[in-house]
Amino acid sequence: MSEQTENPIRDAIADAIRDNDVLLFMKGTPDAPACGFSARAVAALQATGSPFAAVDILPDPRIRQELSGLSGWPTIPQLFVDGELVGGSDIILEMYESGELHEALGVEPPADAPEPEAPEPKAPERAAAPPLSIENRLG
Amino acid sequence: MPSAEELKQRIETAIPGAQADVQGADGVHFEAVVTSPAFAGKTRLEQHRMVMDVFAGELGGAIHALSLKTATP
Repeated sequence: MSEQTENPIRDAIADAIRDNDVLLFMKGTPDAPACGFSARAVAALQATGSPFAAVDILPDPRIRQELSGLSGWPTIPQLFVDGELVGGSDIILEMYESGELHEALGVEPPADAPEPEAPEPKAPERAAAPPLSIENRLG
Repeated sequence: MPSAEELKQRIETAIPGAQADVQGADGVHFEAVVTSPAFAGKTRLEQHRMVMDVFAGELGGAIHALSLKTATP
């Protein structure tokens, strides 16, 4: 508990936002979301076929505090694309349904019905990154 | 514990010309559909921010969740 003079959590969050093209801050992990809103955000992102990184904010309450301080957005999940806040779960889902999410992520939108059915991305898919862990980056 | 009616009043008072339809029977999880001419020319992110700003500090606290849809009339 000698972290009074610095803010390593905020720095780690800012680094994660900068270093990941598509980054979702969520409760739980993509495989085991701990909240319905986070689960829906993950489902929409996965349905676009775009790879994304995820940070679980639950392990340390300071992650959420610092994230909201940084983004000015009070709730979780929060999606960042190219370092910019895109929005929370409502915005993610609305954008998914309208095809804007595909556009924002640079993947081909589905030709007809926007059903979450494994679309075929044109570009070769990058390997899905394992969930990021802010607290592990502090070591 | 805030009521859906209270949230509706606060949104409509804070945002010019806003009409809000708020549901939230359990008093902690709410859904709001907000229409306002003040949203014109703003991105969806900015529109949501305007509504969430009404409840600054309460979201995630007394108001566990506020699901939002915004539109211009």
